[in-house]
Amino acid sequence: MIQTEEIIVAGFGGQGVLSLGQVLSYSAIMEDKETSWMPSYGPEMRGGTANCVVIISDGRISSPLVSVYDSAIILNQPSLDKFESCVKPGGYLFYEESTIVNPPTREDIHIFKISAAEEANKLNKKQVANMIMLGSFLEVRQIVKLESVLKALQKVLPERHHHLIPLNEQAILIGKDLVQKQLQETN
Amino acid sequence: MENSNKKEVRLMKGNEALAEAAIRAGIKAYFGYPITPQSEILEYFTEQAPKRNFTVLQAESEVASINMIYGAAGAGARVMTSSSSPGVSLMQEGISYIATAELPCLIVNITRGGPGLGTIQPSQGDYFQSVKGGGHGDYKLIVLAPSSVQEMADFVFEGFKLAEKYRNPALILADGALGQMMEKLVLPEEGSLPHVTPDWATIGKTKDRERNVITSLHIQPEKMEAVNHHLQEKYKAMEQEVRFEEYFMDDAEIVFVAFGLSARICQKAVDIVREKGIKAGLIRPITLFPFPKQRIADAAQNAAGFMVVEMNAGQMVEDVQLAVNGKCPVYFKGRMGGMIPTPEEIAVELEAKFIHHEEEV
Repeated sequence: MIQTEEIIVAGFGGQGVLSLGQVLSYSAIMEDKETSWMPSYGPEMRGGTANCVVIISDGRISSPLVSVYDSAIILNQPSLDKFESCVKPGGYLFYEESTIVNPPTREDIHIFKISAAEEANKLNKKQVANMIMLGSFLEVRQIVKLESVLKALQKVLPERHHHLIPLNEQAILIGKDLVQKQLQETN
Repeated sequence: MENSNKKEVRLMKGNEALAEAAIRAGIKAYFGYPITPQSEILEYFTEQAPKRNFTVLQAESEVASINMIYGAAGAGARVMTSSSSPGVSLMQEGISYIATAELPCLIVNITRGGPGLGTIQPSQGDYFQSVKGGGHGDYKLIVLAPSSVQEMADFVFEGFKLAEKYRNPALILADGALGQMMEKLVLPEEGSLPHVTPDWATIGKTKDRERNVITSLHIQPEKMEAVNHHLQEKYKAMEQEVRFEEYFMDDAEIVFVAFGLSARICQKAVDIVREKGIKAGLIRPITLFPFPKQRIADAAQNAAGFMVVEMNAGQMVEDVQLAVNGKCPVYFKGRMGGMIPTPEEIAVELEAKFIHHEEEV
């Protein structure tokens, strides 16, 4: 059976939402999978919110746009308000907690609250909060291997930023740990 | 990551893939003017031009770009321009001249929502303008409608091949989403589309031949009618280039017809309704002119009905109706102004029309 994961990544412009999605798409290519990355590029984005739909599949991808998602990676309140209801029943919602006033309420999906901004601040690099979110996501949804993600970072980051790849790797591992702890607590 | 004899797989935006393919197709020059959602094309060319052997020029307007194309194509150069809907409207006079003067070139329209200045979001509202001759007079463009980033690149090569074969402008009709989205692709090989300067090019008269003339003005009506007859014969010959793709058509009772991004969305709608046991299929016209009317007419013999899906108020649906010729019902589902239909809403629409038999009120 063809495995397909349809993901929405959403937050404010500047939080690294589009690049998080690109890292996912590049990682899929490293594993010879099919992928599409569809950004919001319109007036919506100019209003301060940005999102992208990433699809990763073993088979040919039909619509690059969908209205319901297997997983949502959410980095701000407006995006949570907009996309919580769009996660498929049984799907996954990862949200960055620092700016969330009204947390998600659904009981038919798996919800993970991630303190990505706080952990990124501890690293003195708030820009890697998106990679912490990616790590958390990949710990639960193992659709691409960590090694592929590291290769993907070399493609997404311009060469002048390649010295930051170890830091990004560290952030991804922190994200994985955060989720591991949550899973252990619930067990 | 990849072994050496395997072609390199890239992840690119549609606009950038198209521009890179054009450089690999050996364009001599690109003339254009920025407009969202296709500005990456001009930007990519501008970045690459100093390193690679072609000219890029940002003209003062779209009217200027298309007339630069007219001049350069008349000199036998492989050239292209691109724009988005309002900009392509500005080019229509020039396109009519180029079509009449029978010059090969490539025009790209990364369509946005209209009418008017509209929005910058994806649309298919320029179908009529593209296939019916958007400018004045009886002319046709070869119109290719990509539905993936791979095709955004491949159709540059196809467009130039067909344009040069028929001495006719070719148009790639895509939309803002295809321009902005990233997908993986394998780029066509550089140098795989050789180009020789044609013998009709106006590059200076030599003693051994008559003067070459490029014009769209034939002031005597007898002569102009003869030009028209010639053009119509050529357009008839172009019909053999018709291309389309099918999805689950073997046993289809309900037939979707959609092009470009809409076809991708319909493909998913087919999957959704097939899970419920509804035998739907999809015909995706790849060439919008020539239009796959024979395939649609054949499908109409056995179909319960058609559903045409477009990101406009209903344009290609008229060509489908002509091809179906009353054999079965043809329904339409469209979104306008930059809105994109979802696979789910198309599936609901199909069930409403064919399963619950809801009629328009």
